Amino acid sequence: MSLNYDRALEIYEPTLGLEVHVELNTNSKMFCGCATEFGAQPNTQTCPVCLGLPGSLPVVNERAIESTILIGLALNCSIAPFSRFARKNYFYPDMPKNFQTSQYDEPICVNGFLDVEVETDDGNEIFRVEIERVHMEEDTGKSLHVGGATGRIHGADYSLLDYNRAGIPLVEIVTKIVPNTGKYAPAVARGYVAALRDILRSLKVSDVKMEQGSLRCDVNLSLSKKGSGELGTRSETKNVNSLRSVERAVTGEIIRHANRLQSGEKIVQETRHFLEESGQTRPGRSKEQAEDYRYFPEPDLVPVVPDAKWIEELRNSLPEKPAERRKRLQQAWSVPDKEMSAMVNAELLDTVEQTVLLGADPTKARSWWLGEISRIANDKSVAPTELITVKDVAQIIELIAKGELTDKLARQVVEGVIAKEGEPSEVIAKRGLKVVSDDSELMKAIEAAIAATPETAQKVRDGNIPAAGALIGAVMKSTGGQADAARVRELLLKHLGQ
Amino acid sequence: MATISREEVANLARLARISMSDAELDHLAGEMDVILGAVARVQEVARADVPPTSHPLAFSNVTREDVVKPSLTPEQALSGAPASAEQRFKVPQILGEE
Repeated sequence: MSLNYDRALEIYEPTLGLEVHVELNTNSKMFCGCATEFGAQPNTQTCPVCLGLPGSLPVVNERAIESTILIGLALNCSIAPFSRFARKNYFYPDMPKNFQTSQYDEPICVNGFLDVEVETDDGNEIFRVEIERVHMEEDTGKSLHVGGATGRIHGADYSLLDYNRAGIPLVEIVTKIVPNTGKYAPAVARGYVAALRDILRSLKVSDVKMEQGSLRCDVNLSLSKKGSGELGTRSETKNVNSLRSVERAVTGEIIRHANRLQSGEKIVQETRHFLEESGQTRPGRSKEQAEDYRYFPEPDLVPVVPDAKWIEELRNSLPEKPAERRKRLQQAWSVPDKEMSAMVNAELLDTVEQTVLLGADPTKARSWWLGEISRIANDKSVAPTELITVKDVAQIIELIAKGELTDKLARQVVEGVIAKEGEPSEVIAKRGLKVVSDDSELMKAIEAAIAATPETAQKVRDGNIPAAGALIGAVMKSTGGQADAARVRELLLKHLGQ
Repeated sequence: MATISREEVANLARLARISMSDAELDHLAGEMDVILGAVARVQEVARADVPPTSHPLAFSNVTREDVVKPSLTPEQALSGAPASAEQRFKVPQILGEE
């Protein structure tokens, strides 16, 4: 009988380890001046340095060092006073130099931590994930395997290489082993990557687009029998490319390991590939033959010795921590937990904040961005902020607050702005969307409605107040929805002696 | 005393993708041993307070500003490649690895 997730965790305790690769958003590559634009035509961003041509010499990108130190500081790391690059030697066509310039025994940042908040059965709980190291390296080229059935290497006739990505600054963030997460292991893994992504975004050092590969996660997982105190053999699942996949990969590997162990089989230490469709993993390279990268200090680069004063300047320039900022805004706006999460998950927190800073009511700002605008954005498969500016939304909310627009009219204004009919004021003018606030005009419409259905009006005069609804409806219709319904009701009842 | 074995030399050759005959291995293992012996003597001289050197020049922090410079054209980049297709470098299938 096979073990399900819950049964597996009654018997085994998972231990996690996470390696995250982040592409920095520098303008130029790590060791040369080639551009780093995503999606450029193949091999248009290469030069003798990143192609590994003989005689070329690398020079380190200063901003890449600065970004890496910022990441280290934000993750509570110590910054090494002396750090060196090393060559990681391997033959693989994605690296034209036949080695990757990386850091080995002297990384630039060490010993940090990141607190991850996870929802548990007993409320939200903090899991501290300790960081082993943050180091600098360079990304590899992109291979396209031609022939074969699946686009995988197996069965391919040949491979085509685009080296635009080779040499883009890459930062690797490695955790220490994360023990004692129990059944929350998948949530902790996901929460860690999400929190890391938020920090990287707040530092503005990377685009952190998992779907474009600028943030990639490798999940290491092992199981040990509960109470045994021993570490099991781990598997390493590569390039898990969404938060949801991180969670699924951990869950899937827990179940796979548990079932293997339970049936007396051994876990093979190997690299596995995550399969997006099924949430399973399939074996990749076996690590039985221990990899021998023959690391040695890179002779073409001199050591990095960051000035203590510079480090302190960078420390002082760190932005507010995303988790703290979230708490602060949630309190200031009195947003319930659920709605706060919705806003964060929709990546609209910044947008809502900017709208509020322009004077909009937080609740209104939230409901417009997450409601109507997100709905239209979903239909069009674009980001809400691509449809309409913060300024326009703030202005529309202001007009509602002043009573110049009803919610219904405001929706039409939003529609008009999205349809590129102009700014809110132009849409209002072109579509004639102003609220009829002139009482004498409203009275004309009310009298017309009464004249059209005198018997309904009589009922209201006789004290049947709910009957007024039909008359109000008629007025709203004749004014094209541009009247304030509450004001119409007030005027109507007064007119009919109620 | 040998500091490097024939097996280690064979393994290095394999890692470096250099094919070597048995005779070459015998010969090189001996030669490398002599070289390593000389290096070992230098190590004896270096005291514990001498840090390992990775670079002969006493420089540090040689960096460049994050400024984009013109790249090669794809034609130039591919001009030295033994084979190319679709504006990419064409390489033989990679066997036995993923």
